[in-house]
Order: sequence, then structure tokens, then C-alpha cells
Amino acid sequence: MFFLPSEDQLDLQRGVRELLAARLPLDRLEDGFDPALWRELTETGVFGLRCDLGLGLTEAALVFEELGRAAVPGPTVGTFLAAGVAEGPVSVLDPHQQPLLVSDLDVCAAILVLDPAGPRVIAPVVGTALAEPLDPLTPLHELAEVPPEVGTRLDVPIDRVRLEGALLTAALSVGLAARLTELAVDYAKQREQFGRPIGSFQAVKHLCADMFVRTELARASLHSAAVMLDDPQAGSAPRAVAGAKQLADEAATTNGRSAVQIHGGMGFTWEVPVHFLLTRAWMLATDFGTADEHAEDLAALL
Amino acid sequence: MDLRDSPEEAEFRAELRDWLAHALPTLADKPHHTDWPGRREYDTTWQTKLFEAGYAGINWPTEYGGRGSSPTEHLIYLEETERAGAPYVGVNFVGLLHAGPTIAAEGDADQRAAHLPRILRGEEIWCQGFSEPSAGSDLASMRTRATRDGDHYVVNGHKIWTSHAEVADFCELLVRTDPDAPKHRGISWLMMPMDSPGLEIRPLKTLRGSTEFSELFFDDVRIPVSNRIGEENDGWRVTMVTLSFERGTAWVDQIVNSIQLIEDLTKIARTVTSRTGSAWDDRGLRRDIGHIAAEFDGLWALTKRGVSEASTGSGVPGPSASVLKLRYTEARQRLMDLGARVLDRASLSRTDIAGLPNSTWTEERLNSLSYTIAAGTSQIQRNIISERILSMPKER
Repeated sequence: MFFLPSEDQLDLQRGVRELLAARLPLDRLEDGFDPALWRELTETGVFGLRCDLGLGLTEAALVFEELGRAAVPGPTVGTFLAAGVAEGPVSVLDPHQQPLLVSDLDVCAAILVLDPAGPRVIAPVVGTALAEPLDPLTPLHELAEVPPEVGTRLDVPIDRVRLEGALLTAALSVGLAARLTELAVDYAKQREQFGRPIGSFQAVKHLCADMFVRTELARASLHSAAVMLDDPQAGSAPRAVAGAKQLADEAATTNGRSAVQIHGGMGFTWEVPVHFLLTRAWMLATDFGTADEHAEDLAALL
Repeated sequence: MDLRDSPEEAEFRAELRDWLAHALPTLADKPHHTDWPGRREYDTTWQTKLFEAGYAGINWPTEYGGRGSSPTEHLIYLEETERAGAPYVGVNFVGLLHAGPTIAAEGDADQRAAHLPRILRGEEIWCQGFSEPSAGSDLASMRTRATRDGDHYVVNGHKIWTSHAEVADFCELLVRTDPDAPKHRGISWLMMPMDSPGLEIRPLKTLRGSTEFSELFFDDVRIPVSNRIGEENDGWRVTMVTLSFERGTAWVDQIVNSIQLIEDLTKIARTVTSRTGSAWDDRGLRRDIGHIAAEFDGLWALTKRGVSEASTGSGVPGPSASVLKLRYTEARQRLMDLGARVLDRASLSRTDIAGLPNSTWTEERLNSLSYTIAAGTSQIQRNIISERILSMPKER
């Protein structure tokens, strides 16, 4: 047993982090989906980690934490899952979820349908754009029905695709949770009231400590689930993924709330980018199974 | 990242399982928690068996009679002994986990020879005299005074929260030897025989009605200067040296136990009936069970991460131990509340009723109230995490 990333895995993660730090600072986030950045990420191998580079979900989870940390706009999870079958970007449609919403329909090259009979990839379809999606950087379209065309079947069981999707979504949320902690801590160190940094007050620093702890727990759970998806003998992946998604949702959404609170009045403004991360976290909490659904699944596996 | 046993780890695990399967049936029934002589007998008998089988002091260096196992083997040891239902360290807690390692790290050759083998064999029980009524979270403000009189210290003062005092042979005692020095600098670490004249032990009744710990009153208690570990006035550092000794394994037994309890709870929930069927039919309860399971599976993963960090020698045991302590202790309390929701009215009895295992849950629901207070309150853990990991400014 050695439950820490290898040097190679850390190098991979660091590479993506540096690329995104240079290309997508938070003050540029508002520009939304960036085709040039998407191409760069594709060329770097972010979406082809498995089909082109032969790496596993452990590496993918580490890389997706970075995509989450930078809050990269675009359908990252679907693009990874459909890699090798469709050129990205690939959006996801879950027929179980009403209303039928698909993200990034204007920019995607295909849609991955989480069909209970087997996952399939279809060409983009027409939908009605939501006038004001909650996450301003993730446009959503409503579909009237589940598109019937078969498209291309993915040679993977639907349960497996759902587990992988939940894992990668959890990775994005862990990345968001970590970034939100950093933003809150940095602000609390420099913002002064009553003649001292607000981060010196226990009422504030204890919120930050909880943000950190939540993220650490969610990350350990995420990595454990990723290892189990790659190595079935390491443990029960369905159980681990159901746990990781719950903890990651909780970390990202609760940290988002705390980060707004710690930024005070400024946290309620458009100008401070914390809200972009919080609404992203709220969106991800509905992707690939809610925490409630995963809690029920996990209880059934005990 | 690898969660599987290496061949050596698998062999260690298999041998240990085999030994436990043979050794456990030879153990007498567990005594009631109020029967102190019985508890000493039970815990030390088990410790002697561990010693004879080569498992005593699993993480102690071999030069002091320990097994010198890696942090990962230590984790496996704690996991397997808990799964098998073996006793935990019990009254050997302070000797094996704190006083012994402190003597190993900071004592001289005579002090080590006098105590370490006896602790490992279960022949010597230790207790801890650190906290005082006015020095809890602010431990360094302690006032119990030791003045030199020839080759003795004369101790006067008052200690509190001393577990196992009734059955202990020695106490690891922090005393103030220089009242004029800054508070962390005037403290010394002494080994006090518990039969010293002038020492009064007064049991303190807990909210469970048990006497888990005592108060110690010192009236001119004489302790030989040769019983001091480390230099005079260097006791604070001596104490802190040992706090990193657990190498990420501090809560292994309880986290493994919690996961087992959650699995048990799914069975209990199927037998407890309420207005609308069994507790298991209640979707809200089922979800909460699935949620607490996520929490403890996560804590188990976090434990493995911490142990791996310790095995590289690069981990920061203090602050990352705070992360685990904070989250685990609060989760354990939530688990016990959830158990009470499943048990419903059976949670009102501290003995088993109606064929249910409710006593375990009810006792632990009470007992777990202490976890967020003992060994650094949750508030102190949050200070440590925010100040030492997140580098946030101190309050003053």
C-alpha cells in the first residue's frame, strides 16, 4: 500500500495546473468557453489520457482536479468519456433527469447519451436555450425529448460510464473546493477590520479550517475511488465512487458558501469571481447523480 | 497510488490473522468497565500475549524491544486486531503510546532499561498528569510546582483528567520547575511512582457515571531527580517530541470500528419497526446511513494517505493529525446520533433490550461526547489547522 501520487502523476498534474494558471486566470473566466484553450487542452492530452496515452482514471482524477480548480468552461467530463469515439467537445444527456438539459450545445461536436440500454454518442440536436442558466459560464439547452437516434454505441456498460462520470465530476468539485479555500484564506489574510486581518479572528479562521478539512477528506475519497476503478482488487469502486461524489459535492458547495461569506459584501458582487465557482459547484452537484442518490446507492451496497 | 498490500504486507496480515484466530479464544470475558482490577488484569494479560507473539510495541524501534514495523504494517496491525474484536491497548494506553515512546526518545540508558521492557510485557501501567483545573487547552500555563531539595523534587499542586490512575504504577508528570521563565520554558517531565507518599487520588465521576479518570492532589510529594526525563525546564519539548509518534495511525481502530458499526446499523434498521415499517424502509434514514458511510470510507482513505506520508518521512504529523482528529471525532458523534435515530426508543436504555444491541450505541453516544474535547478540543484543532497549515495570523 502506498496511497500517494507518484512523481510522474504529480508532474502530469503540475503541468496542467501551470498551463491553466497561465491561460485561464480567474479574471478571464467570464469570457466563457474558449476554443483555443480547449484545443490546447486536447493537444496536451487531457481528454485522451486513457485512449491515447494509456493512463487510468487515477491520472484522470488528478488532471480533472486541475480543470475544476481553474473552473474551465466546457463539457470536460463527456469529452473524456467519449474520447476515441467522438472528437470533442462532447456534452452529456442523462435521460433520467427531468427537465432534459444539455450543456454547451452551441459548441459541442457530439452528445453522450447515458442510455440505460447502453451509452451512445449522437450528433448535436436542437434545443431551447435557457435564458439565464444558474452558472453563467455553462449555457444550457432544454430538449423536448430524448433523441432516438442510435448514433455510435460506446463499448462500455452504462454502469461503468456512470461511475467514471461521477468520479470525474467529483474531481472537478474537489478542485473547486481547493480553489475556494485558497481564495477565502488569501482574502482573510489581507482584508483588515478592527485594525487587524479578519483571518486572525477565530470565527473566520475556523470557517477556513473546515473548508480545508472538507477538501482533504473529499480528495482522499476521490483518489481512493479512482484507484479502485483502475484496480478492482483494491476495493469496491461502486461504493467508493458513491462516497466520493457525496463528499466532493459537499466540499465544493459548502466551501462556495463559506468563500462568499468570508469575502463579505464583496463576495456578493459580480466582480469577485467566487460566485462563478459556487454556481459551477451547484451545477456539478446535479451531474452524474446527486448526493442523495449516491447516499442511497451507498446504503444499498453496505 | 496503490491500495493493495505488497507481498510482504499480505504475509504480515495473514500471519497476524492466523495468530489472532488462535489467541483470542484463550482470552477471558471482558470485565465491566467499573471493575478496575479486572480491567488491569484483562488488558495486561492481552499485552503479555502480544509480547510473547512478537507484536508488542509494534511501532517501537527494535533496539528498545519493539517490532520496528513500518507505518503501513502498524496500520494493518491496528486494522486486523480491531476487525478480529481483539482488545485495544486499554490501561496500557499511556505507557505504550506516550510515556514509553517519550522515555525511548529522551530517556537515558538506565531509564529505558528500567521501564521499556516492563511496559512492553504489560507489567507496568502508566497514567498521565498533564492537565490542571486551570490549564486545559492552555496546558503550558500549568502551575503544579516542583522545587529542588537535594536529590529530590518536592511537588505541590493539582492535576486532573488522569485516566487509569487507580491502577497505574507510574505517572508521566509535567511540573513547573522555573516559575519565572516564559511559560513553555519552565516545565520539566518527571516519572512519578503512584505509591508516592503525599499523593492523593480522587476519582472523578463522568457523565456516564463511570470513573474513567481521576484528580491527583500533591502534598509535598518527593520524586527523585533521577526520575526526570530530559533536561530540567525542557519538559515542554520532551512532551512534544512524542506527539508525532503515532505516524498517522491514531484513530485506525475507531475508524475501522465505525465502518463495522455502520454495516451493523443496516441490519439493525431492518429489525426496528416504526409507524411506516422498518427503519430501513425510511428513505431519509437510509440516505443518512449512506452519507455517514461515505464519511467514514473517506476517513479511512485519509488515514491511509497519512500513513503513506509518514512512511516517506516527509509528512507533517502534527497538523495533518489535526485534520483527522477534527473530522473523525465530529463524525463519530454524528454516527452515534444516527444510531439513536435508528434504534428509536431502544436508545433510551443503556443495557440491551428487545433483542437489540442498543447498549453499545447508547454507551458510545455518551462516551463520544468526550472525543471533541480530549487531546485538544475541536476548537484548538481548528486553530492548529488554520495557523499551521493555512498560515493564518494568530488571534493576538
